[in-house]
Amino acid sequence: MAHTTEIKDAADVLIEEYGVDDHFHDHHEGDKYQSNFLMTYVFSMDHKIIAKQFLITGMFWAFIGAAMSVIFRLQLGFPESDMAWLQPILGKWIEVNDAGIGILSQEFYYALVTMHGTIIVFFVLTAGLSGTFSNLLIPLQVGTRDMASPFLNMLSYWFFFLAGLVMFLSLFVSTGPFSGGWVAYPPLSALSQASSGSGVGMDLWLLSLVFFVVSVLLGGINYVTTVLNLRTKGMTMWRLPLTIWAFLITAIIGILSFPVLVSGFFLLMFDRMLDTSFYLSEIFIGGQALDHVGGSPILYQHLFWFLGHPEVYIIILPAMGIVSEVLSVHSRKPIFGYRAMVFSILAIAFLSFLVWAHHMFMSGINPFISMIFTLFTLVIAVPSAVKVFNWIATLYKGNVRFNSASLFAIGFVSLFISGGLTGIFLGNSAIDIQMHDTYFVVAHFHIVMGIAAFFGMFAGIYHWFPKMYGRFMNETVGKIHFWITMIGAYAIFWPMHYIGIAGVPRRYYSFSNFDTFSQFAEMNKFITIAAIVVFVAQLFFVANFFYSIWKGKKQRVKNPWGATTLEWTTPIVPGHGNWPDKLPAVHRWSYDYGKGGEEFISQIQPVEDWEKEYDDH
Amino acid sequence: MTLFIIILCLVLLITVVIQIGKITELAGEIRGEKDVEFTSNYWNSRLGMIFMVAFLILSAASAYYYKNYMLGYGPHVSASENGVSQDQLFNVTLVITGIVFVLTHIALFWYAYKYRGRAGVKAAFMPHDNKLEIIWTAIPAVAMTVLVAFGLNVWNTVMADVGPDEDHLEIEATGSQFLWFVRYPGPDKKLGERNFRKITNLNPLGQVWSDDANLDDMMPTEIVLPVNKKVRVKITSRDVLHNFDLPHFRVKMDAVPGMPTYFVFTPTITTQEYRQRLRNYPEYQLPADASEPDGPQKWETFEYELACAELCGKGHFSMRYIVKIVEEDEYEKWLSEQKSFYMTTIRNSDEDTRIGELLNIEIEDRVVEFNTELEAAIASEDVADDILVLKHLFFETGSARLTENSKYELQNIIGALNKYPSLTIELAGHTDNTGDAEANQTLSEARANAARDYLISKQVDAARLTANGYGQNEPIADNDTEDGRQQNRRTEMRIISK
Repeated sequence: MAHTTEIKDAADVLIEEYGVDDHFHDHHEGDKYQSNFLMTYVFSMDHKIIAKQFLITGMFWAFIGAAMSVIFRLQLGFPESDMAWLQPILGKWIEVNDAGIGILSQEFYYALVTMHGTIIVFFVLTAGLSGTFSNLLIPLQVGTRDMASPFLNMLSYWFFFLAGLVMFLSLFVSTGPFSGGWVAYPPLSALSQASSGSGVGMDLWLLSLVFFVVSVLLGGINYVTTVLNLRTKGMTMWRLPLTIWAFLITAIIGILSFPVLVSGFFLLMFDRMLDTSFYLSEIFIGGQALDHVGGSPILYQHLFWFLGHPEVYIIILPAMGIVSEVLSVHSRKPIFGYRAMVFSILAIAFLSFLVWAHHMFMSGINPFISMIFTLFTLVIAVPSAVKVFNWIATLYKGNVRFNSASLFAIGFVSLFISGGLTGIFLGNSAIDIQMHDTYFVVAHFHIVMGIAAFFGMFAGIYHWFPKMYGRFMNETVGKIHFWITMIGAYAIFWPMHYIGIAGVPRRYYSFSNFDTFSQFAEMNKFITIAAIVVFVAQLFFVANFFYSIWKGKKQRVKNPWGATTLEWTTPIVPGHGNWPDKLPAVHRWSYDYGKGGEEFISQIQPVEDWEKEYDDH
Repeated sequence: MTLFIIILCLVLLITVVIQIGKITELAGEIRGEKDVEFTSNYWNSRLGMIFMVAFLILSAASAYYYKNYMLGYGPHVSASENGVSQDQLFNVTLVITGIVFVLTHIALFWYAYKYRGRAGVKAAFMPHDNKLEIIWTAIPAVAMTVLVAFGLNVWNTVMADVGPDEDHLEIEATGSQFLWFVRYPGPDKKLGERNFRKITNLNPLGQVWSDDANLDDMMPTEIVLPVNKKVRVKITSRDVLHNFDLPHFRVKMDAVPGMPTYFVFTPTITTQEYRQRLRNYPEYQLPADASEPDGPQKWETFEYELACAELCGKGHFSMRYIVKIVEEDEYEKWLSEQKSFYMTTIRNSDEDTRIGELLNIEIEDRVVEFNTELEAAIASEDVADDILVLKHLFFETGSARLTENSKYELQNIIGALNKYPSLTIELAGHTDNTGDAEANQTLSEARANAARDYLISKQVDAARLTANGYGQNEPIADNDTEDGRQQNRRTEMRIISK
């Protein structure tokens, strides 16, 4: 134990006095399995290392996914431009014509769009966000030494890694990666005759995502078990920080919905490989009529969106949890309406299972069915609105600290409002007739669950970076990163609403075939330029991240933000087992900021007599 | 090389930013942590306010700037009945969400600014306020109730199928990689049966020719629809998912292989009227083709467009089809010019499963054709016009026995004689030049007589009929080709007196 030499502070004293002795030092296998580099940093079972593995892998994929979007934005913004310079990277997918102009191939354009979606949704915003922070924060904030099953937790990462590896390989197959959209609707995704990406590329895509689901389930089971069973003494459910509530509910949603996705994928695999007809019927393609009859492509859509919609909450709930925590800490105020926040998470989670078909209003399902889904979809706006009001009320009469973390949290609220409100348009089936599959949808979901979730992730990274590395990220670079991203993200996605309202469909390689859709060339240029600027700003973040790991300002006190939660009572760089001696015992909820004139009161501080006049929160 | 330079520039830029960060951090250490924090609060809270104000102004200004391209705010009103209520719902939602958007953004950035961290200030302890929370749960709940009620009302109206006896026009659109096929039902108002296994290059929809309803179906190259008439589009797909998207009519529906879908709408603005609307806006007074500044302007070349709005493969973006909305009479005229797909493309080809069969559609077409020729002959002064070839009068090979199908053509003659009571005619038999000339002469006479006898048996006055055979002496085509010989083997109706 390298950290026992640290000077004891008030937190140590409290833990020593009130903490729980779980005879940590009687178990020595904990030290043994971290005995070499490979076991410490690669096949680690320590939740903090696994969190970093998820984070850095997620950053790798975010870079790939974002770079792909820059390339297809170039095609959309500057369709006439010469892309031959990309040949060293993209090879044959840049077709150089007789005039020497390099053109992005249509097939690969769709592969880029598809991969961008798949990578960002699953690898970055599910694994990178939830995987990172659930792993890092659950044991630290509930006060336990590690996950319920560290081994399964390690497997969870390595299945994710395997999923990534397979997906990465699929980028290099000669027929190209899968190119039928991240939702992979059959028959396009089922038939290799329909698209060259639906061949080997699709096999690898499916294989990758099955591994990915295994990863999510192993992780999720661990998160749920840990939160329910390993909370430290005194840590009742109503004392959990909102981050933990969010991670818990996220994990439960994942456990309930991902298996449905996998079953959908299996049926798709059967259709592809075993000539079954779950999704296929009456198809004539590639010059011949196929034998498949009786299947329904709509069935796949139901199975897909039964995960697909909860998935957006799997992405956004952790971000909401992080933002709640970060806003509260940096406003120096309790999160406003803690119980309402918990109940709204529960309500959103429950409703998230009842709205999937709002992605299918125009798919040919019975219009009567759509009515029910419209109703539940708009009902979700209520708990979402409550959350927004509560975040704003948290700022009210606070003493708000403006740093990179809190700026991203405030930015998150703005994005969640903007993107959430457009959801009210799309959720109403009658409006969706016109807006379905247009750029309005692209703008909506990028703002509300793409950029907003990234903002939540950034807020979390800036806030908990000291917990991960014992150093701070550079604030100036962080703020440059924030302002460029905030302004740039709106510059990219705000104008897309207008294109969408004009009826321009998404997933178009070129708009020049249609008079109606080709009127926005200037705007598309603007969007592309904004996308490039935002992309470069993310490189500042990446540079800042790695620079700060080794050269960042050192963390000198245990609790630099003055936060109440348990993770700040560990040593600056917590070793294996998190607390060197006893586990902290909890005496109060996690948001005692500004109570009775105290700036903050840590959860490990016993309740004193003067606090009796306050309600029990 | 370009790539290398780009990467180099990025590395330099990032280095500069990191250096700036490092310098400010060092400077901050000299100034003290608290001082740095309060300065940051001061500037960033102000930046937040500037951002908020600029954001709100820019979002309003940009919306105003683009209004003439978007639905309902400039010329782009809905060209269909259903679209009007959809646009209304959109606008109501826009007002409600707009208010929320502005108020919450002002509150968010104003409170962040007003309560920025300052030295000596303490945050208030405000964990919750039940009354406030009930209010701001109730308000969105009420707003959502209103929107759901309004929305579902519109939805049910728009998505309603046509009633069983409702007057409407039914057409069919079929998506395929990567073009649309559009089918009109023809005079029988029925779309014929299809079977995807029957699809060939010639028969792209797999129409089943044994179904008579297919024989008059038409496949025009544009969708032309009469204004103010309810249209039900049956939407199908041949291969993968497509989506039938008519943005100007607020129409959208997936095309699903194996499961026909539909959308019912009523166009209300003709293409011409829409062009006139666009004409008033400077955005549409620009040349349609930038390389031809004096060419037609954008409003003049405007067409309604059908697009695909469901990813269907690499050519997804190219599935354009023109839709024209015209006045009723123009539509009737256009419709009358459309030919049956079967008759123009399939009939007597290898794909035709009904070769040798005289089809109802042919009989009906022949009635029209015969009467048109007859009236032309009656009206004409030219004697040459008085000869009508009886195209559907057939005899069994080498014999003068009338085939069963000849009765239709003979009925046409009866009709003509009834219509024009003073009409007298000659039935003239002809053969080709194969075989013996004398035998041909005899055969032609016998055939003319057989036709005459049939007419007499149907109560036609024998005095109005003469029958003559001309053998092989009056060919109208080249006897050296089979096609020509076939034309020469004929029976004519010659008008003797009108």
